[in-house]
This record gives sequence, C-alpha cells and structure tokens, in this order.
Amino acid sequence: MDWSDNPEQATFRGEVAEFIKTRLPERYQAENADEEGFSGGWQSDRKSDDPAAVGDAVAWADALAEKGWIAPHWPKEYGGAGLSTMEQFIYNQEMAKAAAPPVGGMGVSLLGPTMIVHGSDEQKAEHLPRVLSGEVAWAQGYSEPSAGSDLASLQTRAVRDGDDFVINGQKIWTSGAQYADWLFALVRTEPDAPKHRGISFIVMDINTPGITVRPIMDMGWNEPFNETFFEDVRVPAANVVGEENRGWYVGMTLLDFERSGISGAISYERSLGELLDFGKGDGNRFFRQDWRVLRQEIAERSMEIGVLFNFAFRIVSMQNSGMVPNYEASVNKMFGSEIHQRLTRTGTKVFGLYANVWQEDGEHSPMRASFTRDYVGSVPHTIFSGSSEIQRNVIATRGLGLPRG
Amino acid sequence: MDLGLSEMQELLKNGARDFLENECPEQLVRDMEEDEAGYSPALWQQMAEQGWQGLLVSEEHGGAGMDFLDLCVLLEEFGRALVPGPFMSTVLGGAVPLMAIGSAEQQAEFLPKIASGDVIFTLALTEPSARFDEAGVECVATVNGNEVSFTGTKLFVSDANVADYMVVAGRSSNGVTLGIVATDQAGVEVTQLQTIARDKQAEVKLNGATGQLLGTDGGGWAALQPVLNKYTVAECAYLVGLSQMDFEISVDYAKERVQFGRPIGSFQAIQHKCADMVTDVDGSRFIMYKAAWSLATDQPAEETQMAVNMAKAWCSEATRRVVAHGQQIHGGIGFTKDYKIQLYFRRQKRAELAFGDADYHRELVAQQLGI
Repeated sequence: MDWSDNPEQATFRGEVAEFIKTRLPERYQAENADEEGFSGGWQSDRKSDDPAAVGDAVAWADALAEKGWIAPHWPKEYGGAGLSTMEQFIYNQEMAKAAAPPVGGMGVSLLGPTMIVHGSDEQKAEHLPRVLSGEVAWAQGYSEPSAGSDLASLQTRAVRDGDDFVINGQKIWTSGAQYADWLFALVRTEPDAPKHRGISFIVMDINTPGITVRPIMDMGWNEPFNETFFEDVRVPAANVVGEENRGWYVGMTLLDFERSGISGAISYERSLGELLDFGKGDGNRFFRQDWRVLRQEIAERSMEIGVLFNFAFRIVSMQNSGMVPNYEASVNKMFGSEIHQRLTRTGTKVFGLYANVWQEDGEHSPMRASFTRDYVGSVPHTIFSGSSEIQRNVIATRGLGLPRG
Repeated sequence: MDLGLSEMQELLKNGARDFLENECPEQLVRDMEEDEAGYSPALWQQMAEQGWQGLLVSEEHGGAGMDFLDLCVLLEEFGRALVPGPFMSTVLGGAVPLMAIGSAEQQAEFLPKIASGDVIFTLALTEPSARFDEAGVECVATVNGNEVSFTGTKLFVSDANVADYMVVAGRSSNGVTLGIVATDQAGVEVTQLQTIARDKQAEVKLNGATGQLLGTDGGGWAALQPVLNKYTVAECAYLVGLSQMDFEISVDYAKERVQFGRPIGSFQAIQHKCADMVTDVDGSRFIMYKAAWSLATDQPAEETQMAVNMAKAWCSEATRRVVAHGQQIHGGIGFTKDYKIQLYFRRQKRAELAFGDADYHRELVAQQLGI
C-alpha cells in the first residue's frame, strides 16, 4: 500500500506539471476547472469571434498535440500517447490541479475510443485524425424526451432507404451541439426487436439537411445543451459504427470507459481551500457573523473530499493491477456528485445573505459569486450520466448481486 | 500509488479469517458476553502461537517484527469476527508504548512475555471526566527514582479485570507521567462496569499503586501521542471489519427474505440502503488505511495527524450508519438477542466512542484546517 508516487510516477508527474507550467496559455491559467460533460472554455473559444481566444485555443491544442496528449488514452497508432492507466491518471490529476481545459471534447473522450474498438478502417481514417487536429468537434445524441434513465427505450427512427438511413425523431440534452460539427447518436433501426437489440450507433455531419439544433437555457442562465430535431435526415448507411442493431452495446463501450473522478476531487479541494483562505483574509467581511457554527460541517466536507480522493486512487490502483472496476466507478460518480452539492450548500451557508448575489463583479460578490453559481450549477450532477438513483441500482444489482426489481 | 494489499498482507488476512472462523465462532462471542473474564485463555494462547500479540514486536524480543499497517489488516479480521478479549489492550496499550519509550530493560522484561501470550496489559488513561486531552489526566503521580506511584480514579479501563499490568497516566509536578503498574497489589481496586458491548471496562481506583516509571517524569503526554494515534486507528480498523461483516450479513438477508412474493433485496428502498452501506464501508476502509500507512511509514507529522483524526471522525459515523441500516434491513428479527446482527450494532458503539467520536475528531480536523 502506498499513497505516494514511485520514482517512475514522480518523473512522469514532473514532466506533465512542467509542460503545463510552460505551455498553458495565460487565458486558461486563472480559469476554474470546467465540469466534465459540459462544453468547456476551450470548445467555445475555438469558435469565438475574438481572434485572441481562437489563437489561445489553437496554441494549447498544438502544444498538447506535440506530446500526443490531446488523446493521452488512445493507442499510439491512432495518434494518441498510449499512456498506461496510471500515467493517464497522473496526467488527469496534473491537468485538473492546474485547471487546464481539456481539448477535443467528446470526440477525444467518447467517440474516439468507441471508434477505435468498433469502427471500420475507413471510418477510423476519416474521423480520428480530424478529432486530434481539432478540426471536428463532436456531440453526443443519446437521451430523448421519453428516454432518460431508461435510455434503451429511445424512439428516434432510422429507416433504410437504398444506401442511406432516413432519420426522424428528437434528441435532448445534446451537450455542446451548438459548437459541434459532427454528432454520434443511438437510433432505432429495428422497431420489432427487443428494445436493446434494435438500436444502431450512427455518426453524421451536424449540418446535414433536416437537423435542427435549438439551445436550452438552464436554471443558471447557461446554454450547455440543446434539443436536436431530425426531420427526414439522410445519412449514409456506411456511417453506422459496428454492427447494425448492435448499437446499444457499441454505445455502452463508452460508458464502460471508466473515469476515476479524480478531477472532481481536485476541483472540490481547490474550492474548499479557496473558501477557507478567503475567510482568513479580506474576504472575512462576507462570512456570516456566526459562521463558526459551521466548523464541523466544513471539516466534514474536507473529509468527504479525502474519501473521494481515496475512491479515485482505488479505481486506478485496481486498473493498474489488471482488475476491472465493477460497482466502484458508480460509487465514485454518485459520491462525487453528492459531495459537490453538499460543498456548495456549505459554501453558501458560510456567506449568509451574501449568498444571494449572483453577479460575478462588484463589491458585494464574494469569490465572484462562485459558490452561489455552483450551488445552482451542481444541481444536474446527480442527474446526468446516470442519476444517483440509477448508480445505487447499479451498485446494488451489478455490484452486490441483489435481484433486479 | 497502490491501494492494494501486499502478498504477505493477503496471506495474513486470509489466514486470520480462516483461523477465526474456526476458533472464534459466534457462540464463543456470545459466551464471552456472560463470562467473568471475558476472553478464552485457550484462544489467547492459540493467537500467541499465530504470532499475533507479538506482530509488532521485534524478532529480538520474540515477535514477528511486522509493521502497523499489517496489524490493521489483522484487526479488520478481529472486527469481522468480533474477537472478544484483551488483544487491543495488550498490543496497543502495552506493546506499543513499551516499544516507543520503554527502556531496554523494560522491553526485554515485558515484550517477550507479551509476544508469548504470558502477560496481559492495558492502558489506564481516561478518568471520570471522560476527556481524551492532557487536562483529563488528574490522577496524582509521585515519582521516586525509577519508581512511580499513582493515586486517583481511572474509568473506562478496558480489560482491567484480567490485566497483569496497566500503563497508567498520572500527573506529577512535572506533568503527565507514565508508569507500568502490576495489578496484583493492594493499591489497585477494580470495579467492573456493565457495558453496551458487554466488553470488560472498569473503574480502577489507585491508592498509592506503585510501578516502574515508563519514559521520563513529565514526558508522558508527548510520549503518548503516537501511541494514542495508533490505538485510534486500530479502533478504526476494527470498525471497518465489523461494519463489513454487518453489511455482508444484511445483503445476504435481503437476498433471502421474501415479502410480497419477492426477495426484499429486489426493492429499491432496500437496494439503495445496501449501496450506501458499501460506500460507507469502503470509504471507511481506505481512510483508515491511509492513516495506518501514514503511521507505519512515518509520513510528515502534520499530514499523519490529519489522516488519523479524519479516519476516526469518518469511521465513527460511517460505520454507525452501516449498522443502523443493517438493523433496519433485518426488521423485527434483527432486534432479537438470538439473531447475530445485534452483536455488531452494540459493539460498533463501543468503538465509535473509544478515543473520541466523530464530533471530537472533526473538531481536531477543523483546528488543523485553521478554522
């Protein structure tokens, strides 16, 4: 048992940290870590009207590309860095510590790994290089208005017509689709089959005629996601990835690509540390007069973050010794998202009436209103990517072998 | 970075589990609740033959020379089997302070006997004030050369009924001072308490009880800190094993118990409790191991102290949540004396309270956070 790096790990960590220190554009240095699953600063900068923003986004992507670190987890033959599980973990840890924005979005994190496993040679040759060059940004079309937690009940139809599929239906919560160039989606190709067996995984240019993307404003005045409508959209049948009607299992490859949740732990640790530092300095005037009644609660938050770190270390140390995490990844997702919400609750309690303030600038905005904003912004974290209830179902049935209800 | 057990630790764990399943069955645990001594001398000797009392003791003194992390792996199994008796009192309350500050003569005199199972030790620290801090030590210590005598009342002293020696903390004019006091003398009066865990805790009245000075006159409190840290984490390890077993029993029960024509474990209301239980058990295990690793490998003092306080704060509360869920999942049968789950529930409370509960340790965490 060892919570510290071995010499090899320490060397690699040093390399990553030094790279970030020398190559991360200033624009990103002060930024807070963006949350997994939502379009980050890099993705919107890339399509910004501000040439300086575009320049920084490109410079950062180029710097990472030199190292193969846009897709550190992809095999080298596809342009990744082929990092081991432990190296990926250290890389993610150092990136999160520096709040450096990940590059490449869902193309790198989700589409690429799936295509590498299931795609044809032609598909790989067409799409993977353009993900790595940052030329093409991807969005994910899974959820539908009537298919949330019960994703396999999705109804968007794809009907074969010659060499094409004709797609009709609607997706929702398509994160970043307004900035994306291509879309990967699950569509129903065989309506009479059992629900998991009639789905195909298909990719399409988001500018194909018949696709309409309409942003949805969330309760924090952001537009992280969209409704995406399909009206007689013609997509070549050659765009199906993997076997037709086996798309559910192709799609699940992505979900099986486990994340340790280390970046969450690091960002919560940073938020809590900043809050306490703020209170020890000028920021103390924003702390409610009786904030010391919250000392135990604050200590509890700090401990929870420690537990989350351990859960992340557990995942990577299991993978590193050749084990496949089972319920453990669900524990991390559930626990991490729930402590995120508790942390924002504690932070807003500390600020008392000042927790009303939403505006980032001005003399009455403690810490740029980040805790208040995150109090709202963390609401969907226990909902997306498998709600806390679904995670507990998975832990109980897949992990503990309890009978399905 | 590696959170797995070493090969040797796996062997220790599996060997201990097999041994205790055979030698420390539920019936023994129940019998010892009613037994005056509270432990089985036969099992005690067998444990010594396994090398457990001397696990930490150097080979020179007849021990196995293993480290504190290894001990915590073993104590998890003790928690799982609810092993009754003075094991922790002897190892954490006797061997650990002797190894830390005992003179060469004291180590040579006592450590081999601890390792061979020939003597039982305990730590006499807390008093009627029930405090864990330095100010809680009011028992009067009078030092005379290499001897020290104590007068005062110690309370919640584990296994005092069977201990041959007590490591006593008293206060001399120079501060907290420790001594090794034999219990078979007129100045030691032991009165048994009846406790929730039916373990053996006692009031110990000392009236000029005399023994060897352990460490220096006035140096006792500083010397006790690493000892108390280890004892605290040892209690966490016990809690982890105890709650792991409570959780396993409860999940098995949820699979078997049928109501409304289906196993209750198929209901989400029960499933979600089980999911929370495994999260709490696992969370407790790794926060305990981190503290045990910090102590075993001499990590920087500040980090180690924080790890210890976090571990006890977390394990105390998380394992209480586990055993409460365990009772709820079992329904009425769980409330009966005959069914086994209650054995875990009652013992969890003892360990939760030992060396400070969650509120006590969270306060220390808050202080270290600078708030």
